[in-house]
Amino acid sequence: MIVLAFLVQTLRIAIPYLLASAGGVMSERAGLIGLTLEGYMLGGAFCGAVASYASGSATVGVIAAIAGGGILALLYAVCAIRFRADQVVVGIAINLLVIGLTRFFLRLIFDSSSNSPRVTGFAVTGGSGLAALVQNPLVWVGLAAVPLVAWVLYRTPFGLRVRAVGEHPAAAASVGVPVARVQYMAVVLSGMLAGVGGAYLSLDQHQFTDGMTAGRGFIALAAVVFGRWDPMRAGLACLLFAAADTFQIQLQGSQAIPSQFVEMIPYVLTIIALVGVVGRAVAPAALGRTASE
Amino acid sequence: MIPSTPATTIPAADTGPLAPLPAPASTRALRRSVLEEAILPPLVALLLAAVVGDVLILTFGQSPGAVFKLLLDGTWGNAYGFGQVLYKATTLVFTGLAVGLGLRAGLFNIGAESQLAAGGFCAALVGLMLPAGIPALLCLPIYMLAAALGGGAVGAVPGVLKARFGAHEVIVTIMLNFIVLALLNYLTSARLHVPDTLHTPELRSGGLPRLSDLVPAFQGSAANATILLALAAAIVLGWYLFRTRGGFELRAVGLQPRAAEYAGVNVAGVTWRALAISGAIAGLGGLNYVLGYKHYYEEGFATGAGFLGIAVALVGRNHPVGIVLAALLFATLSQGGLAVNALVPKQMVDVLQAVVILAVSTSVPEVRRLLRDARRSLTGRTTP
Repeated sequence: MIVLAFLVQTLRIAIPYLLASAGGVMSERAGLIGLTLEGYMLGGAFCGAVASYASGSATVGVIAAIAGGGILALLYAVCAIRFRADQVVVGIAINLLVIGLTRFFLRLIFDSSSNSPRVTGFAVTGGSGLAALVQNPLVWVGLAAVPLVAWVLYRTPFGLRVRAVGEHPAAAASVGVPVARVQYMAVVLSGMLAGVGGAYLSLDQHQFTDGMTAGRGFIALAAVVFGRWDPMRAGLACLLFAAADTFQIQLQGSQAIPSQFVEMIPYVLTIIALVGVVGRAVAPAALGRTASE
Repeated sequence: MIPSTPATTIPAADTGPLAPLPAPASTRALRRSVLEEAILPPLVALLLAAVVGDVLILTFGQSPGAVFKLLLDGTWGNAYGFGQVLYKATTLVFTGLAVGLGLRAGLFNIGAESQLAAGGFCAALVGLMLPAGIPALLCLPIYMLAAALGGGAVGAVPGVLKARFGAHEVIVTIMLNFIVLALLNYLTSARLHVPDTLHTPELRSGGLPRLSDLVPAFQGSAANATILLALAAAIVLGWYLFRTRGGFELRAVGLQPRAAEYAGVNVAGVTWRALAISGAIAGLGGLNYVLGYKHYYEEGFATGAGFLGIAVALVGRNHPVGIVLAALLFATLSQGGLAVNALVPKQMVDVLQAVVILAVSTSVPEVRRLLRDARRSLTGRTTP
């Protein structure tokens, strides 16, 4: 019973990671750094909450979150691809922008500096734990996103182009691949996926709270790196990191291991993966290189 | 901004900073073009920020003129506001210099936030061990050493991992931010904090004087003598970058690591040293809060200052003079947010800061290309 509760809790925490990291893999394989995942998620969480509040429908909330994440991703893509701005700088700016915008509109729409009123989530008829979890359609979307991205990347012409563009854009261009268009599509797709991840958070908690993503986008980015830019392995990394989170929650109260040390696990593992103690994580060759300087 | 990597998506149009400028008529013309490149993007950015600001203010049903006037009055219009601007700018000079130095070496230090926190923490730790009653000038070098070592150690980790294993410093510094801040939170909350607070006990001695001790009008503002340290750091860094062999090697690695290596530069050594020095500078910034303002380390004092340091370095073109000016700009915006909070949410300013970063980072390559095209057509006409 304890094991089942642990697994359910892990899955519940893992869903937003899975969605964001699936998007992150897509974007990074096309050569664009996924620093903005955090911003997409926060934007998605906010749009989801506002639209669900206004319409009373969680589905409308999810659609708004997809639109919000996609628009933010488009902004990132235009800056990084069209204007050849540095990806890291633009990524950080977009994260700051989303923090500012969500707070501004939180005050404007709900006259609050901390949270939205209660919003409609997906209806759950009775039960808790596993029974409630399987009734949330976003759980299934999250679980499906990872194999779907893997299938697109490895089994479709579009996926082949994405990988080619991320490894060697000049070579891809020389055989007629529209490099910029492929990158735009991959980035916008990543924003939509991460936006859904954000909506999962705000709809699951039935409200938007300021800064509610709390670094989850960076954990998803860590999962992408730890999973060596492969969607399935990144998905497994998400489950691992979510299990660490669950472990930390279960430990709270007991003084056995300070929670701060459990918090560090994803980040420490990612650095170890980069340094290459167990098989080196090698990034797509052209990652981060749309800038002109 | 990552000069070691030429644009691969754009065939041959733009070859980065090493591209020979098309026939500069003289060094004066060259200087002018450098200046134009440095000044135009921030102007574009400020204009754009003003437009976005107008829109946000109007959506909140206020008058843009009144809000911007309040913003200026609350920052440069009175001594307290100006003191707060100076205080915030001091921290941003340090983090801006840290990021800028890294970028000169072609390295992106996103870890300034945790380096700043580590520097402040180490200084506070030393302050707990020093006996009471030592004159500030005598303790200052010890505090500086502690802060620089704290920040430098955090900076050296990505440096060594990059030099030794090729691990990308962007990812490592992001991950390290979370690790170091969690570690400092643990040390503070579990070992050192004053009960029911998130801060350590006060330093026994060596607090720096506030500006208000000198000019009473600054009463209440946090501006303090650390600002002199920030200016000194800018001067020393400028000297190091442009007047010493080490600085020359660092810039050479930033422009073209392979060429630098061919010329006999130890690229791995320069890499880890650059990130360690960058971390040490960010760490020194911790003194502004710990030594100059609160006299203790508190969880979260560094929040946001690292990311804004990236903005400061970007707008300041990685040049010490530019960084000092950009730090004043971003500090003005930060403080201005508090000043206008009665009329519009202070978060408007966060949006404006992000707009400035986006506009500058997108317009720098554009402006450079436009200027180059203009120059090309000019020289084309005079020398057919």
